[in-house]
Amino acid sequence: MKSAKAGPLLYGFLVAVLAASVFPLYYSFVVASKDNSVLGEKLPPLVPGGNLVENITRVFDTVDFWLAMQNSFIVAATVAISNVVLGTLAGFAFARLRFKGRDSLFLLVLGTAMVPTQLGVIPLYMLMSDLDWYGTLQAVIVPALIGSFAVFWMRQACEETVPHELIEAARVDGCSVLRTFWHVGFPAVRPQAAVLGMFTFMTAWNDFFWPLIVLDPNDSPTVQVALSTLASGYYTDYSLMLAGASLAVLPVIAIFVLLSRQIVGGIMQGALKG
Amino acid sequence: MTVTRTKAEAAPVASVPSSPEPKRLRLNRWDAKYTPYLVIAPFFVVFGIFGLYPLVHTAWVSLHDWQLIDGNQGFVGLANYAELFGDANFWNALFNTLSLFVLSTVPQLLAALGLAALLDRGLRGRAFWRAGVLLPNVISVAAVALVFAQFFGRDFGIVNFLLGLVGIDPIDWRAETWASHLAVSTMVMWRWTGYNALLYLAAMQSVPKDMYESATLDGASRWRMFWSITVPSIRPTILFTVVTSTIGGLQLFAEPALFDPGFAANNSTGGSDRQFQTLVLYMYEKGFRLFDAGYAATIAWMLFLVVLLVAIINFSLTRRIAGKG
Repeated sequence: MKSAKAGPLLYGFLVAVLAASVFPLYYSFVVASKDNSVLGEKLPPLVPGGNLVENITRVFDTVDFWLAMQNSFIVAATVAISNVVLGTLAGFAFARLRFKGRDSLFLLVLGTAMVPTQLGVIPLYMLMSDLDWYGTLQAVIVPALIGSFAVFWMRQACEETVPHELIEAARVDGCSVLRTFWHVGFPAVRPQAAVLGMFTFMTAWNDFFWPLIVLDPNDSPTVQVALSTLASGYYTDYSLMLAGASLAVLPVIAIFVLLSRQIVGGIMQGALKG
Repeated sequence: MTVTRTKAEAAPVASVPSSPEPKRLRLNRWDAKYTPYLVIAPFFVVFGIFGLYPLVHTAWVSLHDWQLIDGNQGFVGLANYAELFGDANFWNALFNTLSLFVLSTVPQLLAALGLAALLDRGLRGRAFWRAGVLLPNVISVAAVALVFAQFFGRDFGIVNFLLGLVGIDPIDWRAETWASHLAVSTMVMWRWTGYNALLYLAAMQSVPKDMYESATLDGASRWRMFWSITVPSIRPTILFTVVTSTIGGLQLFAEPALFDPGFAANNSTGGSDRQFQTLVLYMYEKGFRLFDAGYAATIAWMLFLVVLLVAIINFSLTRRIAGKG
């Protein structure tokens, strides 16, 4: 329906939608910068105050937030790198190599995305405690090393950018499959691999359910799990909680500001092909 | 190119005895044949061990008296299921799960459809609006839940403040079942509406323009064109979002968990009186608070069946509705 140009009414409405998107984040920051008592005042606070540093200090005093940040970073970075490497390799194979059962295996990969694996947490937890991995970061990292999204995404990228002729030429010259991948495949999809890395980093950083179960919240949790323990106590200290929440979303917002165009493009492209 | 390749592949068979480099070629052949499987194997191994096996094993655990710490206490057949069907908390959690699912998904997908139609008009600064709409989706659910917990506070929450401006008495959002469901659904909608709108937008942009042009010539209204051209054309995407939202929406955990301030401190899950306890929350309570793994696995397996059933129902329902016109 491109015929009608957008009028001021439409822009007004979209500004309202945007405000609704941003407001919870802004409000979180406002409350994080105020004394908790302002929430009892007649009007809800709408402008930042001067207590941000103090509230952030209190977050670090309440839980070991540095350790939590560090843990989240280790988990998210490892998961991102591994998804990029394994996803690009598998995506390259599905897009550019010939092997028996390729198409049905790829359909299988897509199908796994629909399986509600969250419902298997009980045996997964038992598996982790058999391995003696409870409370360790590898319990969060290893199950996330490679996901169907990474395979799907990188296959798409290879399909679009890796030239058939170069692959054939490299193979005829006696290049091994892995060398061909490294010298021809990977250089072509580097931008898409970077977006995938950032995307997986954010997802792993934000994960809550499984880390809550398999990590000890009081010992060495990730940021999201640490956040949930800030809400303890008999009265709810929103300044403290939302100072923690503001810290926890900072890395993700930074990535989003830098890469929003690519992330939006990726989601929309995936929608068409999926 | 293809011809050269076939030749190179066929070469070892024909020339193995005489060629000076049969070993390299044989290696090359082996490489071409098996390396693809080698590089796709990690996905299947990880999914098999940490995804599929636990899910299937859940059914087996549900047939046992299985304690999370003390292990398997013996086969009990369908005893866990019999207990589950007589368990009022299970039915309560099932009701909450379905209610939260309907309240959050139906308005969400309709709003996403409308938003996508607006974003599809010739806008200035397209990238900006799209990013703005997607922003909520990249924020962690734990952080979102804390902010919304404040919004829906009984005493100092911003929602009650706004309602007060129009003369509505403060609502105790956590105490009332319906109020709590509305609040938790709002949270889910905030996170996912923009994401789904982008999926719809992508599909709308690939609808051929001439379809609209001829409809305009016939004097069709914008509203009519939307329902009889746009919606049927993007049907595959609508079906996709309905199925994924069903699978996700029936497994809500973090939103209702953290909407309850006593989640960490008082070991409550989903409200003081289970007002917004979903099935995943109930599974969590049984499995990881009370360590009854067998019973928790029973809840998980029932939920699996519910997800499957509702996904199939929604799929065929949507296919019929979106296909009209």
